[in-house]
Amino acid sequence: MIAATPITWHVIWSRITDPDSVFAHALWATVYISVVAQILGIMLGLVAALMRMASFRPLRFLSGLYVLIFRGTPVLVQIMFFWLVLPLPNVINFGVFDMRSEFVAGILALGINEGAYMREIFRAGIDSIDRGQMEAARSLGMRYGLAMRRIVLPQAARVIVPPLGNEFNNMMKTSSLVYIIGVYELFSDAEQGYSHAIDAGYFVAVAFWYLVLTSIWSFIQALIERKLAVSEHGDEISLREKAVAIWTEGGGMVRAAWPWRARA
Amino acid sequence: MSVSSGLVMHAADVHKRFGRQHILRGVSLDVRPRETVCIIGASGSGKTTFLRCINHLEKIDSGRIQVNGHPIGYRERRGKLVEDREKNISRQRTEIGFVFQRFNLFPHKTALGNVIEAPIHVRSVGRDQAIAEAETLLARVGLADKKDAYPGKLSGGQQQRVAIARALAMKPALMLFDEPTSALDPEVTGEVLDVMEELAHEGTTMIVVTHEMGFARRAADRVVMMDEGVIIEEGSPEHFFDSPTHERTKAFLSKIL
Repeated sequence: MIAATPITWHVIWSRITDPDSVFAHALWATVYISVVAQILGIMLGLVAALMRMASFRPLRFLSGLYVLIFRGTPVLVQIMFFWLVLPLPNVINFGVFDMRSEFVAGILALGINEGAYMREIFRAGIDSIDRGQMEAARSLGMRYGLAMRRIVLPQAARVIVPPLGNEFNNMMKTSSLVYIIGVYELFSDAEQGYSHAIDAGYFVAVAFWYLVLTSIWSFIQALIERKLAVSEHGDEISLREKAVAIWTEGGGMVRAAWPWRARA
Repeated sequence: MSVSSGLVMHAADVHKRFGRQHILRGVSLDVRPRETVCIIGASGSGKTTFLRCINHLEKIDSGRIQVNGHPIGYRERRGKLVEDREKNISRQRTEIGFVFQRFNLFPHKTALGNVIEAPIHVRSVGRDQAIAEAETLLARVGLADKKDAYPGKLSGGQQQRVAIARALAMKPALMLFDEPTSALDPEVTGEVLDVMEELAHEGTTMIVVTHEMGFARRAADRVVMMDEGVIIEEGSPEHFFDSPTHERTKAFLSKIL
């Protein structure tokens, strides 16, 4: 006979309204891991995207290999692999702060995986900019790096930022996978609670908290995209128009955060 | 001293291939200071490619190009041409202004922002000085009142004039114009050509690839006819338009005039 796991209302309610300090730690860990891994992914993605355009063939090959491997295998496997293979001491000292080794392995795995996706996003963004822009910059004596930084990338940002925002939304949810190597984050916290009380309410509550995180992010994302759109048109948009836009995009925000749209 | 001393631009036997297509088949041209040279010819004759080779937007396969006595894009090493370092190429390009057929203004920057960009970030000119110079240049191309406008809000003719100001802001020794009015509506070509004519009369050294024969006649010191990757005829505008000698030049002019 199969007995369904109970879902108790008071468990859900107490986990939402009365979070304890351990939960606060877990929440912070999720945010922290997601942000650092995403930043790592952005940097790696940019480097890989530039490598892909290099005239030196081995660089292009490496860039392709990177994407092939990290987009072609499960991130869960990558997390496990980094955790098992990297010879890390229990606590790693980064000078100004310490970090537990499972955090480091988890962040590295998530960030490196993310870099492969970010490379494609950067590539699409850079490719969307007319070749004449680079030529004009070069003809003014700008070196490649300067032209990229001042002329091409700022324009590519319009194309890059919306999918980047979605990537970060995914990252916050995907980061739950590092629970498998013992990182104490939101999902681990729910799992912990569940294993004591055998009540699925913990997972309902944690879903709520993920939803809060992704919703806040979607709101920030809408603001950023709004700002970019303004600089694109090059004229000021009135405060009222901004407010209206953010309000209407708020609808999209809820839709974007809806769990079944998730990739992870 | 090299053979090219005293010349702003010296090109000798320049060859360029795109795959199996032999676009430039030995182009030689010298441009003296304060001279305006117009390059004419049918499309596909290699004139735009040649212009792009002068500031190394295209690599050449053989021959040599010098601007202000310095070889462009290449160093000679044991008798072979080796591509120069990016740093050197970039520095040489600051000497060469390039105006594109399609303007290529930076759309995320205002007219003023376009003009001050390279002086500040390449020449390390102070911001205030760059702005003052840019405002002078924009006034010179008749766009003082449009300095805060973004390219998207400007007409084609206005955009091209900003592009000219942007190139001039680097105080180049040589200005290259690649069919600067071909992408413009007929009613605004005049305003761009007027600016260019003024530059020519003020003594700017320029090479202009153009189909505007009226402009060539009025502004050029020398007209050069290219056909199938070589220069087939060159001379003063009077010679060129009144008594061309080469059969192909005659045929081309009779078609276009």
